[in-house]
Amino acid sequence: MPKLTIDGVEVEVDPSVTILQAAEQAGSEIPRFCYHDRLSIAGNCRMCLVEVEKSPKPVASCAMPVGEGMVVHTKSEKAVKARNGVMEFLLINHPLDCPICDQGGECDLQDQALAFGNDKGRYVEQKRAVKDKYMGPIVSTIMTRCIHCTRCVRFIDEIGGVAEIGATGRGEDTEITTFLEQSLTSELSGNVVDLCPVGALTNKPYAFTARSWELRKTESVDVMDAVGTNIRVDSRGREVMRVLPRLNEWINEEWLADKSRNACDGLKYQRLDQPYVRRDSKLQPAEWSEAFDAIAEKFNGIAGQKIGALVGDTVDCESTLALKDLMTALGSANLDCRQDGAAIDPSVRASYIFNTTIAGIEEADAILLIGTNPRKEAPILNARIRKRFLAGGVNIGVVGEAADLTYAYDHISDSADALAKIADGSHPFAQVLKDAERPMLVLGMGALTRADGAAILGAGYAIAQSTGMVSGDWNGFNVLHTAAARVGALDVGFVPGGGGKDTQGILEGASSGDIQVVYLLGADEIDTAKLKDAFVIYQGHHGDAGAHVADVILPGAAYTEKNGTYVNTEGRAQLGQRAIFPPGDAREDWAIIRALSERLGKTLPYDSLEQVREKLRETSPGFGHIDDVAITEWEQFGANGSIEASAFTYPVSNYYQTDPISRASRTMAQCTQDFVMGKTEKATGTHG
Amino acid sequence: MSTRNLAKDQPDSFAFTDEHKARIKKIIAKYPEGYQASAVIPLLDLAQRQEGWVTKPAIDVIAELLDMPVIRVLEVATFYTMFNLHPVGECHVQVCTSLSCWLRGSNDVVKAFNDKLGIKFGETTADGTVTLSEVECAGACVNAPVVAVGDEYYEDLTYETMSKLIDDIKAGNTLAPGSAVGRQGAEPEGNRTSLTTDPTQTTPIQDLAVAKQKFEEAQEAARKAKENP
Repeated sequence: MPKLTIDGVEVEVDPSVTILQAAEQAGSEIPRFCYHDRLSIAGNCRMCLVEVEKSPKPVASCAMPVGEGMVVHTKSEKAVKARNGVMEFLLINHPLDCPICDQGGECDLQDQALAFGNDKGRYVEQKRAVKDKYMGPIVSTIMTRCIHCTRCVRFIDEIGGVAEIGATGRGEDTEITTFLEQSLTSELSGNVVDLCPVGALTNKPYAFTARSWELRKTESVDVMDAVGTNIRVDSRGREVMRVLPRLNEWINEEWLADKSRNACDGLKYQRLDQPYVRRDSKLQPAEWSEAFDAIAEKFNGIAGQKIGALVGDTVDCESTLALKDLMTALGSANLDCRQDGAAIDPSVRASYIFNTTIAGIEEADAILLIGTNPRKEAPILNARIRKRFLAGGVNIGVVGEAADLTYAYDHISDSADALAKIADGSHPFAQVLKDAERPMLVLGMGALTRADGAAILGAGYAIAQSTGMVSGDWNGFNVLHTAAARVGALDVGFVPGGGGKDTQGILEGASSGDIQVVYLLGADEIDTAKLKDAFVIYQGHHGDAGAHVADVILPGAAYTEKNGTYVNTEGRAQLGQRAIFPPGDAREDWAIIRALSERLGKTLPYDSLEQVREKLRETSPGFGHIDDVAITEWEQFGANGSIEASAFTYPVSNYYQTDPISRASRTMAQCTQDFVMGKTEKATGTHG
Repeated sequence: MSTRNLAKDQPDSFAFTDEHKARIKKIIAKYPEGYQASAVIPLLDLAQRQEGWVTKPAIDVIAELLDMPVIRVLEVATFYTMFNLHPVGECHVQVCTSLSCWLRGSNDVVKAFNDKLGIKFGETTADGTVTLSEVECAGACVNAPVVAVGDEYYEDLTYETMSKLIDDIKAGNTLAPGSAVGRQGAEPEGNRTSLTTDPTQTTPIQDLAVAKQKFEEAQEAARKAKENP
């Protein structure tokens, strides 16, 4: 362990670190543009110059390994002068357009120019001007501002896994561009906006809509996929302006997937902002009391088993619990949260969560992906697998249709029957798993939603057992969900009670007449045609599929408009916070159910969110460990049965539109057009 | 120099000739496995030799051959000015206008093109045979001014000799590369100014002791002459 002195502070650091990292340990912050913790070192901005004694010239600290006995000065006259010179050169070609730049107020260059720059420029020649580049519907470019730090190039190459940005030309003519200005195809492309230290790459949908200092920042949790990415919701007045990632090493590090970042404009369109009641076969605006009256009238005298309830994919746990309690009070056991009909065993928690944890992927040395395309289902989790892949020494196998996952893998089979062979050890990949110290498998919804899903779950259990995936503190059995609400609803127990019907049963029952009332809590991903004859109550925030068939609509709150608990695919309970108020007459969902229960004469025993949460903690221990994963017992689960020899269908065919919010989003519609329909439009010459 | 982009009009396809394919195999084999991307420069050069310039389909083919992202190939192709990203005439004349050539009259060389062919830098003659480019130092400063045509250098040019060369190019004559004033290499024009003695003859070895003695004797004689005039 080399010892070195930085600004008079002696530190002992790992020999693999650079001077810049050592300085951070010693408490000296060194300015930088091109250096980033999670990217490879480029060393091309020269902003991190420091003085090292016995070195003839200032040293780029981000690229210089530490040495025994080094004496480093980060604030000496020589170091400050060197950085001042670098800053002057950077500003030579940087336009002075901060007042109209979206990065203004949160710009590294602006901040560091204030700290290390001159008050006046001495450069009087023509500045360089660069043509803007088209990079797709997510990233807007103003390339004259670019300082060529190449963070975006490295991010897309290393983390995104699709080498699509490059620096063409050289010297003063260097330009950052995609090949022939094609759109970035990475699901993580929005992160280059956060990485850009200047205003060259900016958030396209957010362009020119707000200044960073006028936004109210609310720390929350994303619900666009089951990863539970930590986000910061920036709002102004009653409008969500943008969504940014929040650092969480266990889940998303500091990245955010494109849908989670840019679907927020969907919160403004197609909103249900007042109750509706169907009169004369038309949905007509109504008062809350009228809507409740209509429901009470319908419920009057109806048998409990004729009522069914489904919760959707973005519902918070509090509302799910409230609806479950209401249904139980009404005598109905027809509950389900598995809209896609996934064969999940709700009785064993270890059978439906991502036991390894997302951060745990980095410790795995063999990974088997079954019926899942994590790049589309959970881009953040896929980035973690890629990170593991780049670290080397891991075997990845895929059972399912071959897709570009951004890392190399062993394509075992398209067909599901390969699972039986892996389970009984006759497939060579079984040996790979057995030889691995920390093997893991990921069962996707593409596997569990099949008719033989239960048998596939059983095969997953068999593989986990036969290859030694569960031992000591390691549990390699994982289920990757696609719905943010799923694990939470399973923890709450929103599944058919004794003799109750599941999703399929409720839908069948509704068309046959066995079920007369269906309560949809944000449930849109079902075959709504089957609900025609039933009385449908839709509670949710968007006028999507569920609302179209509803007889009564109760306007709820979207994830940015309520305080709610969400459990991600790892089984990690996290708190989402309200950034703005729901529009119009819409209300927080648990409160709607609580109010309705009173009207129905089955008043639920809680009056505040804290009381609901108290009940949640009683229901499942996971809710007592916010931001943490509760220890889960490993028990037997799954069914024996034959697995059909057919290919898996991945659940997410269009990554950009998977839920009511993203379907209402114009940005996501543009992405769908660009990437899914395969049509790439060129820039029109105007930004945004 | 300015921003280098791919040409707007591009051919539909590109394929290496069989001869080049064989060479590509040899080139790739030079590099360790997994490092075949190192062959990108020689391959771009082969593509340019085949087509005269680097086309987009050629970049696609090379990216495919070397299993590298197409943007990485584009980066290399745009970095090196020696890769022509636009079509050039059969005869691509590259005139050096850096310091040594300029001091020795590269302006006259350029003027010859303007007068004889009516083309300036970056232009091609109407019949598409000759393209004139300005390049930075060609590395032949001793024989300045210099122009490069294909792989050959033409050196020690003046307005007159360049004009004659242009006539030959137009007439389709075989060109004689090298110095226009008959220099074989980088030797001085006319006679040598150094190393003029015959290196085969032994040079007298100076005996320092003898020289010192002679010097002291001369000093002694001078002193005596002073004392006894």
